[in-house]
Amino acid sequence: MSSLTLRQALVRRRYLLGAMPWRAALYLLSSVPAGLLVLVSVLLLAVVGGALSVVLVGLPLLMVLALIGVPVAAVERRRLRLIDPVPLGDPHRPPARAGLASWLGTRLRERATWREFGYALLFAGVLWPLEGLIVGGVLAVCGGLLSTPVVMAAVTGGDEVRVLKLHLAHSYPQAFAAALLGLVLLPLFAYPLGWAAVARAALTRALLMPGADGLDARIEELGRSRMRLVDAFEAERRRIERDLHDGAQQRLVALSMTLGLARLESPPEPLGGLLAAAHEEAGKALVEIRELIRGIHPQVLTDRGLAAAVEDVADRSAVPVDVDLDLPERLPRPVETAVYFALCEALANVAKHSGAGRAWVKGRDDGERLTVEVGDDGAGGASTTGGSGLQGVADRLSVLDGRLLLSSPAGGPTVLRLDVPRAPAHLVE
Amino acid sequence: MLRVVLAEDSVLLREGLVGLLKRFGHQVVAAVGTAGELTAAVAEHAPDIVVTDVRMPPGFSDEGLRAAVALRETRPRLPVLVLSQYVQRAYAEELLDSCDGTGVGYLLKERVGKVEEFVDALQRVADGGTVVDPEVVRQLLRHRRDPLSRLTAREREVLALMAEGRSNASVAEALTVSEGTVSKHFGSILTKLDLSLTDATNRRVLAVLAYLRK
Repeated sequence: MSSLTLRQALVRRRYLLGAMPWRAALYLLSSVPAGLLVLVSVLLLAVVGGALSVVLVGLPLLMVLALIGVPVAAVERRRLRLIDPVPLGDPHRPPARAGLASWLGTRLRERATWREFGYALLFAGVLWPLEGLIVGGVLAVCGGLLSTPVVMAAVTGGDEVRVLKLHLAHSYPQAFAAALLGLVLLPLFAYPLGWAAVARAALTRALLMPGADGLDARIEELGRSRMRLVDAFEAERRRIERDLHDGAQQRLVALSMTLGLARLESPPEPLGGLLAAAHEEAGKALVEIRELIRGIHPQVLTDRGLAAAVEDVADRSAVPVDVDLDLPERLPRPVETAVYFALCEALANVAKHSGAGRAWVKGRDDGERLTVEVGDDGAGGASTTGGSGLQGVADRLSVLDGRLLLSSPAGGPTVLRLDVPRAPAHLVE
Repeated sequence: MLRVVLAEDSVLLREGLVGLLKRFGHQVVAAVGTAGELTAAVAEHAPDIVVTDVRMPPGFSDEGLRAAVALRETRPRLPVLVLSQYVQRAYAEELLDSCDGTGVGYLLKERVGKVEEFVDALQRVADGGTVVDPEVVRQLLRHRRDPLSRLTAREREVLALMAEGRSNASVAEALTVSEGTVSKHFGSILTKLDLSLTDATNRRVLAVLAYLRK
């Protein structure tokens, strides 16, 4: 039974037999002290805070007043559970940092806070008296009728009693008839009472539901989690690079050194030839592992930043690349990494597909945004669709709230433009 | 015989290098694993040469290289041979820039395998020579590509005519453009060839042109 909402219960035949009518009554009745408390608090804070605001002391009180909707709404959400087991979600965002200032800043900027403030005012001014009236009326009528015989006996010793101050009852049968009427009315009243509670609950739900703000919070969290994923991926990349560098590469160097020494000691034949071949193989493996490590995560990017790393890529490019990067200071690590790999992809594309004779990388950091252009004088026709590497680059940049713009008409030239904020919203650092 | 201070954080390689140097009759006076220890060991032993890795604890970034550059600032005559896992122009340039580039070496670690070449390079650095890994040289050269390739076709035409000793007016006539256009082209040629306009005396430009024609 308790898994039903009041509204569902109301249309069932067994409504009167369950606890729901009582819950509805309790829901409406408990509004009265709660609303009264809110009213007193609001008035007190407004009057005292307003009066003292002249000497600035009152301003914190006014701020508390503005935030009064937050605890009120929290209580209301709990109270709603009396007649509606479907919980009402919290529309508030967790503050970005710990501490009171951050909490205040987040709350005061949220639409949900102000909606809750409005709700608190409505509650204090209109809702609770109305609910008090409804539930009080029902209790007074039914209670009055039911208690008629008792009152008659207690007050006038069985002579007469005024039923609901309307009708004068002169005898016990009349008094018991009134009580009986009360007993009949009680279940009848349970229905309007229930509907009143349903209406009240619907109002609460509409006003306090996590609406657009909740969606914002979800989008925010999605952005954050996406950034965390990329971050974890980067961390893993660096770990692999470190493991290769500190492990396999060092061992290969040691092996190559040992082989080199062995060649010095051994006679030229027959062992010398084999040693020379082994030595050469070790050398080739070292070149391969060096290139592999650089592709996974270049150390120069960590040590010297984006400009040096891009110069390095340009140096290796088959197509001559002019680099002109004006980056006065180091960028956040995720931005550096994403832009670096984007430029690597772009330059690799230039070398592989464009047929260009020259390429250039030009970029600047204006303190707010990093803008980098990669251009070539090749055949054009590049595209970001069809599972191309550029699609991956665009996805990667979008995690950082960045954009990728491509202009590549057939016949060229191709210009790729990366635009990334210096401090993306969801940065994990 | 050289007295060597060796800095390398991998124990395996450090021991290997000590053995290798000993085999060729050199003496490793200190073999350390961090940049801080390197600086201390140099102060203590005043070696003939320092051999150091680039990436070392505590940060596993380029501590070894930085320590080497710093050492050469305080002791300009101290030969330093840097062993690196990467071909990195930025690192090599930084090292070569320190104290006119004499007595420095930047070698890929894998070069150590060619033991005789390595020991030979060590000796040359100790004697005040400059040794740069062939791979790095290749990259340095590729970076300093033909400066003419940066010019547009039109700028090359202008440059070719100027190289014949023509005046701006004469170039303008030959290309049927205005003199202003020619001087604009000329300005951008100077910029692209890294010649600032203040140096643009005729003699200088002619020298450059003569050089470019070669």
